[in-house]
Amino acid sequence: MAVLIDRNTRLLVQGLTGREGTFHAKAAQAYGTNVVGGVTPGKGGTTHEGWPVFNTVEDAVKATGANASVIFVPPPGGGDAVMEAAEAGLPLAVCITEGIPVVDMMRAMTVVRSRGMRLVGPNCPGVITAGQAKAGIIPGHICKPGKVGIVSKSGTLTYEAIHQLTALGLGQTTCIGIGGDPLIGTSFIDALTLFAADPETEAVVLIGEIGGSAEEEAAAFIKASFRKPVVGFIAGQTAPPGRRMGHAGAIIAGGKGTAAEKMQALTDAGVHVVKSPADMGRALVNALGKA
Amino acid sequence: MKIHEYQGKEILKKYGVAVPRGEVAFNADDARAIAERLGGAVSVVKAQIHAGGRGKGGGVKVVKSPAEARDAAAKMLGMRLVTYQTGPEGSIVKRVLVEEGLQIARELYLGIVIDRSTQKPVVMASQDGGVEIEKVAHETPERIHKAFVDPALGLQPYQARQLAFALGLAGDQVGKGVRMMMALYQAFVATDASLLEINPLIVTAGGDLIALDAKLNFDDNALYRHADIKELRDLDEEAPLEVEASKFSLNYIKLDGTIGCMVNGAGLAMATMDIIKLAGGEPANFLDVGGGANAEQIKNAFRILMSDTSVKAVLINIFGGILRCDVLAQGVIAAVTDLGVRVPIVIRMEGTNVELGKQMLRESGLNFTTADSMGEAADKVVGLSRQ
Repeated sequence: MAVLIDRNTRLLVQGLTGREGTFHAKAAQAYGTNVVGGVTPGKGGTTHEGWPVFNTVEDAVKATGANASVIFVPPPGGGDAVMEAAEAGLPLAVCITEGIPVVDMMRAMTVVRSRGMRLVGPNCPGVITAGQAKAGIIPGHICKPGKVGIVSKSGTLTYEAIHQLTALGLGQTTCIGIGGDPLIGTSFIDALTLFAADPETEAVVLIGEIGGSAEEEAAAFIKASFRKPVVGFIAGQTAPPGRRMGHAGAIIAGGKGTAAEKMQALTDAGVHVVKSPADMGRALVNALGKA
Repeated sequence: MKIHEYQGKEILKKYGVAVPRGEVAFNADDARAIAERLGGAVSVVKAQIHAGGRGKGGGVKVVKSPAEARDAAAKMLGMRLVTYQTGPEGSIVKRVLVEEGLQIARELYLGIVIDRSTQKPVVMASQDGGVEIEKVAHETPERIHKAFVDPALGLQPYQARQLAFALGLAGDQVGKGVRMMMALYQAFVATDASLLEINPLIVTAGGDLIALDAKLNFDDNALYRHADIKELRDLDEEAPLEVEASKFSLNYIKLDGTIGCMVNGAGLAMATMDIIKLAGGEPANFLDVGGGANAEQIKNAFRILMSDTSVKAVLINIFGGILRCDVLAQGVIAAVTDLGVRVPIVIRMEGTNVELGKQMLRESGLNFTTADSMGEAADKVVGLSRQ
């Protein structure tokens, strides 16, 4: 069944005619995704690599019946692109863009919430349902249809988890990169809620990072209501305080947001927390064995 | 991005926030002249470094005359100021702020950040000013009052009033407090600040509200639209290698260990540092080469990495999606050859053409060791770093 996207999703690409948009639209289609068109203001009415291009998301939705969008728009226009997707009534948008100002996302989220759109990201690798479809940049060839859901703040560290699960024969249902920014559209809790309702997902790998309290909030949610096995890894156990470690949201501020605190909270909630990123897959095997 | 106290105060002044009269000085004679201009009586000489905790470290001096201001400034300028926030190496003081002395009746706290959970700005106020707010949050959280702001509406006067009364303000101080909070909120949003802290906000003996200290941090992602704020960057406050790396859009943070890392992706880079430590080694740095692991970037990354003379071995952990490992191997071989890198290098790569890439590294004749997993890579590089 999977969550968020599948082979029936009709996907738009905002920023289709740019270099990143073009490359990843082609890769998505090659993977089996039903890419139906693109949006680049000013290029409406043209075609690009065989897809129809529209001036606005609204036009694109009317013409193609799209029900999802992936956003490859540069940072200055990123928040705006998210709002446009929400206003056009799309149920889902996945924003890959890194570098959107926080205030822009703060404003965009008010529109996202009032229109009830599910936003994934920004600053994320996107979503992939193994063997079916992808919206974003997660490489399809490392995935294998299987039974584990992944929710992660990271990009390439998510690929590492996917790789380990594939090698162990467990495979994945859907992988959701929620992104490394301080304000994001889909939280760990949102993703876990989706996985709870998916009969194909038997277990979850949760990959967090230093900064903020999203992992602690997820721990409380897991303790209260999530019954499938969860393996957790928190990146940044060795990060110095007060420094922004690459991701805009990855900073230990005022003593809060340390990896140690997150690992403790998750452990207390019954999550199988691993110290080493190399052990995520193995821990999942053990967790399923015990379940 | 961080700026100095005097720069923060300049910005807040533009939004109508009351700050002490004062000017920045880069030498002792200027400090004396400023003290004279301020009236020649009590003034305060404050070291300007980005870190906090200056008072306890000897970076804040109350003086009674322009001559004393000159002496205090002379002592402070060039001093290595160590505070609990700078780390043991401290910061060299190159600028001082000379301000009028004020009669302090009360010390309060005001701060604004964007709360991640609610995705709204939150204005925080406390009667416990002049101390570390983290301490207050930890020991007596009920003494921090918060107003969550609707992003579409902005801070409303009734919210500022609630905070003003919670701060124990009375009479005409309430209006002054409300006006100041509205101005601070406006400044926060207009400048794309990530943190705005007034600690302490003082009530003077005369009943005025003055921002005695101002800390303003800015969202790096928004600097592209604030050229004037970008200009306030003080390169002296940043590690030279990190400044160098930022010129090439490389995300680099220097640490204290001996094992250099080069990784694509911030989360994977942090995880690589973690696994090196677990394997018994110490990472020398955090380095995210990002999505552009091309030959040029690889070379720039190596140059930065090897400028740190503590590095005894290097771990390259690249998980490419689109990336071809033979292309990566080519870039690494070229960089190592051109730069004459001598230390052992462990490479773990995933992507397409992995076997071809590994073969190229093996046949290069250079000091490369390949690894198939992160665990293997960490163990190998720690072992090599000890030889």
